[in-house]
Amino acid sequence: MDFFHALILVLDSTVRLSVPLLLAALAGLYSERSGVFDIGLEGKMLAGAFAAGAAAAVTGSAWAGLGAAMLISIFLALVHGFASITHRGNQIVSGVAINFIAAGSTIILGQAWFRQGGRTPSLPGEARFGAIELPFAEAVRDVPILGDVYSELISGHSLLTYAAFLLVPFTWWVLFRTRFGLRLRAVGENPAAVDTAGISVSWLRYRAVICTGILTGMAGAYLSMAQNAGFVKDMTAGRGFIALAALIFAKWKPVPVMFACLLFGFLDAFAIRIQGTPLPLIGQVPVQFMQALPYILTVVLLAGFIGKAIPPRAGGVPYVKER
Amino acid sequence: MSAPYAKLPAWADYGLIPLINLAVAFLVAGLVVMLVGENPIRAAVILVDGALGRGQNIAYTLYYATSFIFTGLAVAVAFHCSLFNIGGEGQAYVGGLGVAVVCLAFDSILPWWLVFPLAIVGAALFGAAWAFIPAYFQAKRGSHIVITTIMFNFIAASLMVYLLVNVLKPAGAQAPQTRNFLEGGQLPKLNWMLEAMGFTIRSAPFNLSFLLALAAAFFVWVLIWRTRLGYEIRMRGYSPKAARYAGVSETKIIIITMLISGALAGMMALNPVMGDQNRLQIDFVTGAGFVGIAVALMGRSHPAGIVPAAILFGMLYQGGAELAFEMPNISRDMIVIIQGLVILFAGALEHMFRPSIQALFASLGSRSTGLEAQQGEGS
Repeated sequence: MDFFHALILVLDSTVRLSVPLLLAALAGLYSERSGVFDIGLEGKMLAGAFAAGAAAAVTGSAWAGLGAAMLISIFLALVHGFASITHRGNQIVSGVAINFIAAGSTIILGQAWFRQGGRTPSLPGEARFGAIELPFAEAVRDVPILGDVYSELISGHSLLTYAAFLLVPFTWWVLFRTRFGLRLRAVGENPAAVDTAGISVSWLRYRAVICTGILTGMAGAYLSMAQNAGFVKDMTAGRGFIALAALIFAKWKPVPVMFACLLFGFLDAFAIRIQGTPLPLIGQVPVQFMQALPYILTVVLLAGFIGKAIPPRAGGVPYVKER
Repeated sequence: MSAPYAKLPAWADYGLIPLINLAVAFLVAGLVVMLVGENPIRAAVILVDGALGRGQNIAYTLYYATSFIFTGLAVAVAFHCSLFNIGGEGQAYVGGLGVAVVCLAFDSILPWWLVFPLAIVGAALFGAAWAFIPAYFQAKRGSHIVITTIMFNFIAASLMVYLLVNVLKPAGAQAPQTRNFLEGGQLPKLNWMLEAMGFTIRSAPFNLSFLLALAAAFFVWVLIWRTRLGYEIRMRGYSPKAARYAGVSETKIIIITMLISGALAGMMALNPVMGDQNRLQIDFVTGAGFVGIAVALMGRSHPAGIVPAAILFGMLYQGGAELAFEMPNISRDMIVIIQGLVILFAGALEHMFRPSIQALFASLGSRSTGLEAQQGEGS
């Protein structure tokens, strides 16, 4: 039973750690499916986390924080769109630029406004997205196995966590069951065909990057308002790139994206759990190896050793209308 | 890449447009300075004075510039083959391992002028090796080099922490770093060069690797514009189809280009590891690999542009440190913003002002330009 409880605890922290990855990876899904590569997920998430921490600290409202996070992320997504859609700039270069702008300005503004070494003030409970106890969670706690699963694993997460997991079927529905989704996928595969049908390629891609902005804003807000109580500098710590890895790992499909994020979240939770304790058969696994594992897995996948990841065909290519 | 755009006179293409882009980047940076409640003009004065005001500061500026020349060249060489090597950070980090291995092995038995060439080879080999795997996967298996090199940055960071903590740290020491190199593992400083020009310097890390960086810049110019290999690199960069048709092996060119790029990035490690700190420590690269992207974009991938761009970023680094003393609201992270803005305006938005400048040139009535512009539009 002890082992089972420990397993539940690891899975519980898996869920917590995979939420920001999931939101960011879904964000990237919209953009990349429309043919706009986005390696600026990290920067948008960081800027969102800062905006959320700052706005929630000033107003005392979690919703104001979430709104601010989304607004700033959408703004950065539009900058990316302006450069890569309107001005046909290099999408990779633009994404790199956004990462740096976010990394620098969150620290500078945070220090200038709050004077706590780049942090935002610690948020009180009501300015955060706290844990939601699902009904009967207390009552069924003592039921063996199922009670543990329900009250530890399923209940007791923040609103954003439940939203993130609901966004998976929603994204699937949008992409594969709506007209907008069909067009969005088409514009990522063959923009000329979409253009011929009289639909604006630019406007579709702009809408896709706005979706990216909304979701990266949520991912950032989760970091600074649900997982932590306030913004700390560089708090995304490469999660934007792990999300990107998960997106590729899942071959740009919503449900596999969720499983990829859960896998990477589990690796993280597992690494924290086994820190310092040797594993049977393998012995002591260096922490650094566990930290590098998501990146190694992605490289192996990209090299085509575990099935082939084929990106949207028009990804990364600016669309030039024929004259 | 710039197919839909018309031709401009060369001086406008290589001088005017980059300058306008750069000016806009610094204007936006000035806005950020205003946003935190400081005077941007005063900030600029402090920054320039902090970078060039005294001999000491110039030496520091050139020390930082040395690293950026290497990483800028690394990114530029890959750009010529239309590869985006974002992994300079990781390649430089692993290059440091090559430097440290050579220095730790030979510093007690050989003089520095014998260790130096070995360390160059070590840095270049280790940096190139770290670039080889992404290059091989790109060339043979078509995996996107941008993603793999990003992943390799993270893998390098984990690997180096592991090696420093578990392997390279001397027994009983606390800090995760190697032992200090002896005499043989220390590069001579170049401060006397500045002192000969009448400056006084107390102590600064400006060292011999600066000259190596200049030599590398010259080497890259010769390679790209004066050799057959360079021609093939540029051909594959301009049009992979044409290169294939001309019988250039794409696999070979991609791998060779990335090996050269990785070697240049790895050589950056000589400057801090052997020239200044005289030991290998965690995170010694401190973002220089990424600065290389901004430097290469600003210098338009030409050594003659990269060296001044690297010196400009050296000024920003050194001046930014001084600025942080004078203005409490501004820290060195301001440089990261400027770096991002330069990448945005000189890189991603490089064509933003082109149409209006073309219109300006056309309306100025220089008939040949106007005609050329129209032909360019039509094609």
